[in-house]
Amino acid sequence: MTRSRLLALLLLLLLPSFAAMAQVQTEDQPSDDPLIEQRLAKLSHELRCLQCQNQTLADSPSDLAADLRREIRAQMKAGKSDQEIIAFLTQRYGQFILYRPRVSPLTYLLWFGPFVLLLGGLVILFRYIKQRRDQITEQPLSAEDRRRAEEMLTSSRKESA
Amino acid sequence: MLKYLIPLALFLVLVVFLAIGLTRNPQELPSALIDKPAPTFRLPQLKQPDKTFSAEDMRGKVWMLNVWASWCVACRDEHPFLFEYQKSGAVPIYGLNYKDRPEDALGWLGELGDPYLLSAVDLDGRVAIDYGVYGAPESYIIDKTGTIRLKHVGPVMPDVWDKKILPLVQELNRQ
Repeated sequence: MTRSRLLALLLLLLLPSFAAMAQVQTEDQPSDDPLIEQRLAKLSHELRCLQCQNQTLADSPSDLAADLRREIRAQMKAGKSDQEIIAFLTQRYGQFILYRPRVSPLTYLLWFGPFVLLLGGLVILFRYIKQRRDQITEQPLSAEDRRRAEEMLTSSRKESA
Repeated sequence: MLKYLIPLALFLVLVVFLAIGLTRNPQELPSALIDKPAPTFRLPQLKQPDKTFSAEDMRGKVWMLNVWASWCVACRDEHPFLFEYQKSGAVPIYGLNYKDRPEDALGWLGELGDPYLLSAVDLDGRVAIDYGVYGAPESYIIDKTGTIRLKHVGPVMPDVWDKKILPLVQELNRQ
């Protein structure tokens, strides 16, 4: 790779950070009410940052997360309960914003799917074990077999003696 | 024979599911606002800050709200096509300038041209939160009753326009 190409690549990689700088910054100042900060800390760990998707609203440095934290602070200040704030956010962003999805017909598969699979696996396992057990039939020794075994044992005992 | 075929069949089913999973875009979230009333707002216009624009003004019309910003890289990809869409007259396109300094936004429109009938300024992103915006550009199709009928996340490239938006606005205009 030539030097100019490398430089172009580097610039390209830096582009998103330049772009982000030009955004109007949100003030993400903690509220002076410690109770609100406490509630926000708890609530924002339950909420997903929609820009980074694998971070919570509490950890995310993205601007949208800062906006949402500001919004949550404002609503808490206005006396909204945690439930009301969660309802406000899910109305706008859908259930995806919840890190712990609600149990609803839409998420039954998500919540109960693993247990259904586990149950299915157990059923298959037990049926397999039962089938194997049925295949093994008891075969008691006949008088003839017993006599032959006796003979072998006595002959081997004689040899070793 | 069956002993080998069953695991093979299960494996193939898994492969199909994973292959479908790979083609999907995890950034694209189902919108919670489809078929819900478009959130109301009243915001200053970018070019005439003394005038305002409201979703209410558009009652009785099918229209498109396009969320854009000068800092948004993907908006640049979409931008030249917006002129064509606007010129086609299929649906009036209005802009929502998202968390942008007005001087940056005006500079951007000055440099690249202004395809919008007008743009409303959402300086602090408060209206964008109401619309569930999580990344620009995003586009909304709102029908005559003020109901959101479609949300598209990401640039509206010609294939999206032809396949998703154009058929929908034509149908909505007939209603």
